[in-house]
Amino acid sequence: MTDILNIADKSFSSRLFTGTGKFSSSTIMKDAILASESELVTVALKRVDVHNEHDDLLTHLNHDSIHLLPNTSGVRTAEEAVFAAQLSREALQTNWVKLEIHPDPKYLLPDPIETLKAAEILVKAGFVVMPYIHADPVLCKRLEDVGVQCVMPLGAPIGSNKGLKTLEFLEIIIAQSTVPVIVDAGIGSPSHAAHAMELGADAVLVNTAIAVSQNPVAMGRAFKLAVEAGRMAYLAKLASVKPIAEASSPLTSFLNL
Amino acid sequence: MSHFKTVLDTYNWDDTLQSIYNKTADDVVQALGKDKRDLEDFKALISPAASSYLEEMAQLSQQLTKKRFGNTIQMYAPMYLSNECQNICTYCGFSMTNKIPRRTLTDAEILKETAYLKSKGYDHILLVTGEANKTVGVQYLKHAIELIRSQFSNITIEVQPLDQDEYELLIEQGLYAVLVYQETYHRDEYKKHHPKGKKSNFDYRLDTPDRLGKAGIHKIGLGSLYGLEDWRADSFFTALHFKYLQKTYWKTKYSMSFPRLRPFSGGLEPKVEMTDRDLVQLICAYRLLDEDLELSMSTRESEIFRDHIVNLGITSISAESKTNPGGYVVEKQSLEQFEISDERPTEVIADMLKSKGLEVVWKDWENNWQ
Repeated sequence: MTDILNIADKSFSSRLFTGTGKFSSSTIMKDAILASESELVTVALKRVDVHNEHDDLLTHLNHDSIHLLPNTSGVRTAEEAVFAAQLSREALQTNWVKLEIHPDPKYLLPDPIETLKAAEILVKAGFVVMPYIHADPVLCKRLEDVGVQCVMPLGAPIGSNKGLKTLEFLEIIIAQSTVPVIVDAGIGSPSHAAHAMELGADAVLVNTAIAVSQNPVAMGRAFKLAVEAGRMAYLAKLASVKPIAEASSPLTSFLNL
Repeated sequence: MSHFKTVLDTYNWDDTLQSIYNKTADDVVQALGKDKRDLEDFKALISPAASSYLEEMAQLSQQLTKKRFGNTIQMYAPMYLSNECQNICTYCGFSMTNKIPRRTLTDAEILKETAYLKSKGYDHILLVTGEANKTVGVQYLKHAIELIRSQFSNITIEVQPLDQDEYELLIEQGLYAVLVYQETYHRDEYKKHHPKGKKSNFDYRLDTPDRLGKAGIHKIGLGSLYGLEDWRADSFFTALHFKYLQKTYWKTKYSMSFPRLRPFSGGLEPKVEMTDRDLVQLICAYRLLDEDLELSMSTRESEIFRDHIVNLGITSISAESKTNPGGYVVEKQSLEQFEISDERPTEVIADMLKSKGLEVVWKDWENNWQ
């Protein structure tokens, strides 16, 4: 079955997006990402030496199947985010950017106002903008309106591994979105990823859960299988769990009069 | 730019109809058991297979409606401003070829009619015209809204489709909502029933909710005219249209109406019968598809039907409606668009609603916000 995810001008067979932080070595990172078969890998611009073509991180990610997605992690305002995106476009030759603006250093929660502001500017400047946001359905629609190519609501705070704590809101976002919904942050286990996909998320982004596991390569593979299983279950339509209502006092008996 | 036409063109009428009729009891049970339902579930719920589950659907529909809307019903009244029309529609009393006296209300007549409706307690009004751009074009509508704006909190129109800039002009004047029914989504049947006039342009009409969404209207009312084609297929395409609009114009609210062909001067027999039972099934199916959708019931339906349907999912209702210009006070006997079925006075309807434990809501919008 062909089940391709299209974002802007790119098509993805894999619906598992990964990150590059927290791995114990660049080699393990590369092996884990390849085992996960992820085709879109986010990389923090702040961690890359953009003037060094032999940068360790970039060298390991130089692979045919991998598209790099620079993120603006570390910026605190729309202005800084726009600057970071321009820098990444120049350095990495891509107009794709994962827009992350978190002024809060503790929980790294995204700033919705600055994110919307930056998204509008970046879309007009020709970027493919993938905004990392709180699971706020109205913000998602506002971002769609300014022309982002997908939305990336969080499941729980970054790195928390707590799973889909924003479930109720993710369901609303998925139900009303006209752009792909990629659940980002908080996914701590393959079952969380499978759940997100069963709900109808178009993809998930996982970093910490793979990077900090005792066997990142095996975990990368486990996430690949979980995402595929969740997606397959979504397409196959889950069976219902509730019994049908019991009629107490008939509401339709007037039709027999 | 977004257009529903691109969505509709990916569907085939006959295939859609077949897929609805192929739904099984298992599909219905699955759909009933879900928390959230999609358009495939909706197909199951409007299919013949679901007719054995009508009571379960009604119970669920009632629960969901109470959860979302509480024990309330909104009241509105239609006011016909004109019966002039340059269209030929095979099912409508205002059709251009019908030799009936034509009239368009003057300012004084409009004010007489509104004074009557105000005296009955109405604060939400629906202005209706035929399609005669020279006499009831956008400037006439703008003027009519200006004339009555101070009297009503909520002004809705059901008139000929307009261009986006015309809608923007009326919204600026205080227009809250627009009702526009596609009548049927079957292109060939549509053409047969609308052989002449601007309304014969299927695509322009189909595109109207998109223009309204782009103009930033608060609410769009959708519907099909049941009797022209297979009601199940038309309902599916209306639901498809609704879901597309809801996603695309997310700041807009939506309502659904369920007009069945009614007798009128020079009348057309319905090609397809929609029974009371079918209509109950459809209303419940819409509620099960979307908890937030407003469902409206006109006086086309019988007393007994309306008395029961208000507890099954309906959220707004009209009463004592006159479908002729000036019908309330000015000229009670002028020719009506169609015969109404429930002729009870407003007070009787309000009492009936109260007796069923429902709160009658007269005002649910504030026009001073605009």
